[in-house]
Amino acid sequence: MEIVVCIKQVPDTTEIKINPVTGTLIRDGVPSIMNPDDKGGLEMALRMKDEYGAHVTVITMGPPQADLVLREALAMGADDAILLTDRKFAGADTLATSNALAGALRTLKWDLIITGRQAIDGDTAQVGPQIAEHLGIPQISYVANLARKSENEFLVKKETEEGYQMLEVSAPCLLTVLASANKARYMSVPGIVDAYNKEVQLWSAAMIDVDETKLGLKGSPTKVLKAFAKGMKQAGQVYEVEPEEAVGLIISKLQEKFII
Amino acid sequence: MNFNLTKTQELFRQMIREFADKEVKPLAAEVDEQERFPQETVEKMAKLGLFGIPLEKEYGGAGGDNLMYTIAVEELSRACATTGVILSAHTSLCLSPIAQFGTEEQKRKYLPKLASGEWLGAFGLTEPNAGTDASAQQTTAVLEDEEWVLNGSKIFITNGGKAHVYVIIAMTDKSLGNKGISAFIVEAGTPGFEIGKKELKMGIRGSATTELIFTNCRIPKGNLLGKVGNGFAIAMKTLDGGRIGIAAQALGIAQGAMDETVKYTKERKQFGKAIGKFQNTQFQMADLQTKVQAARLLVRSAAFKKDQGVPYSADAAMAKLFAAETAMEVTTKAVQFHGGYGYTREYPVERMMRDAKITEIYEGTSEVQRMVIAANLYK
Repeated sequence: MEIVVCIKQVPDTTEIKINPVTGTLIRDGVPSIMNPDDKGGLEMALRMKDEYGAHVTVITMGPPQADLVLREALAMGADDAILLTDRKFAGADTLATSNALAGALRTLKWDLIITGRQAIDGDTAQVGPQIAEHLGIPQISYVANLARKSENEFLVKKETEEGYQMLEVSAPCLLTVLASANKARYMSVPGIVDAYNKEVQLWSAAMIDVDETKLGLKGSPTKVLKAFAKGMKQAGQVYEVEPEEAVGLIISKLQEKFII
Repeated sequence: MNFNLTKTQELFRQMIREFADKEVKPLAAEVDEQERFPQETVEKMAKLGLFGIPLEKEYGGAGGDNLMYTIAVEELSRACATTGVILSAHTSLCLSPIAQFGTEEQKRKYLPKLASGEWLGAFGLTEPNAGTDASAQQTTAVLEDEEWVLNGSKIFITNGGKAHVYVIIAMTDKSLGNKGISAFIVEAGTPGFEIGKKELKMGIRGSATTELIFTNCRIPKGNLLGKVGNGFAIAMKTLDGGRIGIAAQALGIAQGAMDETVKYTKERKQFGKAIGKFQNTQFQMADLQTKVQAARLLVRSAAFKKDQGVPYSADAAMAKLFAAETAMEVTTKAVQFHGGYGYTREYPVERMMRDAKITEIYEGTSEVQRMVIAANLYK
């Protein structure tokens, strides 16, 4: 079984502060980490590898520093790593990013493509589904569990707002995975020692199967008009009253605000 | 000269810090309170390959280096000094001497299982009457019918009762003094080998510290480690390496106390402002962090020399002496900065202060370190 996992290096948003004057992110000194949902996806792939002997390739698009998350993935147990890095990829929104990744995936073999549900720096949850659309393969998003039914059939537990759906899917397909699906393993010590002895393949735009006008800033229809820090909500008012009285109170408050 | 960690060492530091924060730190207070050996943590560490960090892959090790090993002990001890010493005693005092002095057969038999963590290691040198004067060994080993017969007892043995493999030092010919001492490999469960009293300690209370008792304990002739009469030299070389591990443990305790104190002095307000805003606090903290960083450089320089294969005995002694005394000073002041709260078990600094003290005592007291350093000066 061939599995390709798409991962992203993101700033650790739990450590990010926002400049209150300019509304921009203060990224100085903020560590970069593997996006948590992607790590959940990689763990899912590695469990398939442990159980059935899959070959796991990790791929990321990013600046040369993104090499670090690929090394981390190798130290966790991935077999191969590819870094899509080229000035032509710069400034990409989700569409241009998914075009680049799909372009790379067209040149690879895979039964399963796994991505994280969404990245903590953008929270769009668009790249995985877009890749599946570009490649014309079925997709299941918000995956909480994966089990193999036969050689190329899988049972997938998908999280929804109401609960779970149990789905069956045949390879090839794409899954977007939740960080909460499993507890990702730590890098092993022998894995770490080997991580820098392995090759991270550097791929430029010319090496992938894609129309170059669909890449980078040129291929990005999204325009950011403004970024701003969300204002703090005011503390609410607490009423300690009996339920009967509370109903009337809530209705009158909603009417005050013209909500009902 | 380059003070940066290599990319591999940096990736390792990232992993071990996350592991220590998520898996080790949450248990530290409980392990101390209940004097409980953290078996579950040991199993997790085994799975990651932490019990064979500097050992060659050929023998089942991770193929890392001693610098990585010191980073592991530092980061684990930053969260829990008990966990740090379990790894240190295993690696420095059992895995390393077998790797360095063992025969090919001994290495094939013991190292893979020690490196995988299936077997934990320990080392027995100290006796009731042979502490700093380690040559006054009263445990004896006599060759009889192709077997060594051990009699005597060892005390204060880290990982005692939890380890499967023990490197034991014993007298084989008293008339030869230091040259009459030999080293042996003894497995748990050998008839005549019993675990004695478990010590109740001030600090590192989760670490198992026990007596080892040998009563006509017969081990195969092939379990002699090194040559007959080389035991004292093996023990001293083993302790040179061990001191780097304990120095790293002391460093971790000190850094852990610094981290707690920075956090506390930012939050604790007196006289209308955070106590960390007072210059008295800041100047003392600046001095302490300077010492912690100096200790780190001594530890890493000693480990680097060991990795380079150059003599490092005095460097290890300096690292241990300075790191241990720094740990004691930092943790004592950390309790002071925490005031009354610091004296309670609600905060971790009182535990760190109790844990720090042992680093000035075991694997050579601070006085012994000064003897080693001075001997190197006046040779």
